[in-house]
Amino acid sequence: MESSFAGLAHGFEVALQWHNLIWCFAGVIVGNMVGVLPGMGVLSTISILLPLTFSMPPVAALLMLSGIYYGAQYGGAICSILLNLPCHPPHAVTCLDGYPMTKQGRGGVALGITMLAAMVGAAFGIGQMMVLAPYIASIAFKFGPQEICALMLLGLLAGSTLAKGSPIKGVSMTLFGILLSLAGTDINTGNERFTFGYIELSDGFELVAISLGLFGIAEFLKSVNSVAPTGARSVKLGVRDLRPTRADLRQGLPPILRGTIIGSLCSLIPGTGPTIASFIAYAMEKKISKSPERFGYGAIEGVAAPEASTHSAVQGDFIPTMSLGIPGDAVMALLLGALMIHGIQPGPRLIVEQPDIFWGLIASFWIGNLILVFLNVPLIGIWVKLLMVPYRYLYPTALFFVCIGVFATRNEMFDVAATLGFGAFGYLLLQLGFEPAPILLGFVLGPRLEENFRRSLLLSRGDLATFIDRPISAVFIGLCVLLLLAQAFAAYRKMRAPVRVPMSAFE
Amino acid sequence: MNLHRDHIAGALIAAIGAFAVAMGQSYGFGDLHNIGSGFFPVVLGVGMILLGIAMAVWPQRSITGLVAHHKIGAPDWRAAAAITSGVALFILLANSAGLAPAIFACVFASALGTSRTRLKEAFLLALGVTVFGVLLFAYGLKVPFPILTGVLN
Repeated sequence: MESSFAGLAHGFEVALQWHNLIWCFAGVIVGNMVGVLPGMGVLSTISILLPLTFSMPPVAALLMLSGIYYGAQYGGAICSILLNLPCHPPHAVTCLDGYPMTKQGRGGVALGITMLAAMVGAAFGIGQMMVLAPYIASIAFKFGPQEICALMLLGLLAGSTLAKGSPIKGVSMTLFGILLSLAGTDINTGNERFTFGYIELSDGFELVAISLGLFGIAEFLKSVNSVAPTGARSVKLGVRDLRPTRADLRQGLPPILRGTIIGSLCSLIPGTGPTIASFIAYAMEKKISKSPERFGYGAIEGVAAPEASTHSAVQGDFIPTMSLGIPGDAVMALLLGALMIHGIQPGPRLIVEQPDIFWGLIASFWIGNLILVFLNVPLIGIWVKLLMVPYRYLYPTALFFVCIGVFATRNEMFDVAATLGFGAFGYLLLQLGFEPAPILLGFVLGPRLEENFRRSLLLSRGDLATFIDRPISAVFIGLCVLLLLAQAFAAYRKMRAPVRVPMSAFE
Repeated sequence: MNLHRDHIAGALIAAIGAFAVAMGQSYGFGDLHNIGSGFFPVVLGVGMILLGIAMAVWPQRSITGLVAHHKIGAPDWRAAAAITSGVALFILLANSAGLAPAIFACVFASALGTSRTRLKEAFLLALGVTVFGVLLFAYGLKVPFPILTGVLN
């Protein structure tokens, strides 16, 4: 505990250096903007800005990229509550009661409660990370290659089966991602794999090319004609409208606390990020409420609980990423990829060896969230105006940034063409009902998985049983098997009693 | 029987898997003592073939429990053509004609991906982004392109 405070103090020293502070500020502002703009996603924005961060020091790069992620959560809520637009999946459920509140003239109160929920949720999530991440890392310190391998397997399985969409499709996307990561020169044997004679591929595919293809170009292709133009609905809100009454607070506070707990639990399981947390929180509030009939007609609990859970899950998402080097979703995979490009090896040693990064990041979370809360209240009018920017102006501009960003990564036009290829392929995948996000998980973890698998077998002289002989590794493998059995059981039940599938009703 | 989109999805995944297995053969499988470069491609490929088959055998069901005949949504050809040519024009023009024409062509072509954007709008948007892009990337970030080949280097 004491070392946490020493670490945090060090973190504030790092995060308050002026260049880090500026990048953190830039990150949360861009994030908030992206959250508000219909049709722009967190993943595509982080990918677009990724090349820009290559010339920055790693700490500043990470602070900014993370700022986009949690900043977008603030913007997304505004979009849902004021305009009934579920621009961001984690805030889709907030529309259900947030928009009715707006129609009743209580949109300001809904936003005020959201800010409060965000503060409580984020504070809990960050606190949890300060305590848990160093602890988890200290356990993981003793892991050999077998444990790392088994843990990665568990992370990849959970990440691809628990997220939305079909588990079979999710796992196949993960395998495809690992396969992509193998392209290039095999560092162990010197063999070239999947390079098809292109010299440009001898270092493998660029992370930026893959992520901008799948989450930039493919998304544009999907959304160009499907993002509805926002009507010029004028919403006038002042700072004073945001203040909840005492009754609102009494009604909203318990759901905020319950939502926070749900979010923090969800964030610890890879694959169940903020979106799932918000759905669970909403469903639970409705279940335990004495008057569930109010839900859907502007119940304040229906805004407070999911928002709190989203914010605490978003911060908690960073825990497995920073303590084990195992990302729970595509955003985290991208952040890890960014660290690796800066030459920083993720894993349990990161917290000890790179205290600037870990504690600087945590301190920047506190600063960033404070900036967001104080910024959002007076700037609400500007965000509402931003909502009117039509998508048909945004995507061509973004496409140009994609092209030049990919090119600038290593001054190679080949990568721009590869991005286009991944974009077309990603569009095909979307049409066929795949979620491309797990590709990124596989791509980022693939090389480490192969490396540790090879090392495990070298140590055990080719005995595969080494993964179940060692107790900790056996536990992870056991969890993998359990996960697969649970999925198979769920699929079997769905086949037998096919009528009610509550989550998919929202898809 | 109608073709469910998961049949195509399964075929695609299995085909990628088969390709990986085929390519992996030549990289050397090694043995368990010391796995070769081909080990992962082959194992992953086999996994993808199996998953592809599973996908096609058990297509996703809709909420009502009937095998929904998920048709593949009609592709948005207009958007596809506009965005593809936008990126292609950027690749072609950046080296030969310079940064400014590349940006302009990229934005102009891709803006026409939706019928809601009129020619004049696309033109103005492309012009604006070009000015902004040249200032930012040529003068600010010093991307190694001539702005307009032969005129402004």
